[in-house]
Amino acid sequence: MSDARSELTVSLWRGAQQGRYERYNVPLRENQTVLDVVTFVQRHLDPTLSYRFACRVGVCGSCAMTVNGRPRWTCRTHVSTVAKAGHLEIGPLENLPVIKDLATDMRAFFEKWQQAKGAFVPSKTRHDAIDAIRPDSPARIAADAAIECINCGICYAACDTVRWNPDYLGPAALNRAWTLVNDARDAGNAARLAAVAAAGGCHACHSHQSCQEYCPQALNPTASIAGLKRRTAAAYLRGEIKA
Amino acid sequence: MNVRLYVWQRATAALMLPLVLVHVTVIFYATRRGMTAADILARTRGSIVWAALYGTFVIAAAIHAAIGVRNVLTEWSPLGERAASLFTVAFGAALLLLGLRAVAAVVL
Repeated sequence: MSDARSELTVSLWRGAQQGRYERYNVPLRENQTVLDVVTFVQRHLDPTLSYRFACRVGVCGSCAMTVNGRPRWTCRTHVSTVAKAGHLEIGPLENLPVIKDLATDMRAFFEKWQQAKGAFVPSKTRHDAIDAIRPDSPARIAADAAIECINCGICYAACDTVRWNPDYLGPAALNRAWTLVNDARDAGNAARLAAVAAAGGCHACHSHQSCQEYCPQALNPTASIAGLKRRTAAAYLRGEIKA
Repeated sequence: MNVRLYVWQRATAALMLPLVLVHVTVIFYATRRGMTAADILARTRGSIVWAALYGTFVIAAAIHAAIGVRNVLTEWSPLGERAASLFTVAFGAALLLLGLRAVAAVVL
């Protein structure tokens, strides 16, 4: 991008599942993020533009969009790193139904977290002593590597298997299940392993690693899914889960 | 794919790995030595070792390939899980039949 340029041309997806890209001109600023660009359009050019954001600092996972063909967290993506010849194309996330413009319907994404038994199942009451978990225990190290997910849906949008298999639970839900499988305090693993070992579960993953490639938190859901494949295979061979 | 098919596919793959190495070595050995069909048959006829080795190979390959084809069909064809299963059971049975027939031809 040339320093002399003072404007960006931005194509934004307008409409629902059927729609089109419309072009806008946005002033170029220093340290401008892609979310800043979308916000500028909504505040100054077209107030009917719909999109989602909340924290603006890479914590909440609300503002993921497709930027020049790739899923990205727009609040932490600088225009200078992604604009090509002064142009940005910004669309809604792939693999999710579009509600309007840049906002997708993320219900399927979160329902699959529930199907993968992504909720913690307590094994003790508030009256019991808290389990001491050593930071250097192998299970805690495995959980640690996967635990910083912000639920942004980027891995889900980037995943080829999600694209062609609507029943596939997806990288984020399986990554969440892996953190709980490694949580010594959790009591829900029998149901969890059965849920992720069924058709559409971890064994549907082809290890293309797009989830790892695009995860803004630099997590590796493919490795978590590989862990689930090993753990469920062992549980199946021991007769703990049926298929 | 569910965990049962996954375990069968990985287990048959692990079984085939050494068998493929033996198979490739045998091909190199036979061609380098310039062995004729008659030479080969003289060694394989009545051999329990060759019958067991290639018999195991054929069974493992039939299971492994059938599961793989089932995956391709469920992911890329309009067939449902049930139809894909029925087709691939037939496909695996055909592979098994053809393979065991070939093994029988060189060891019996």
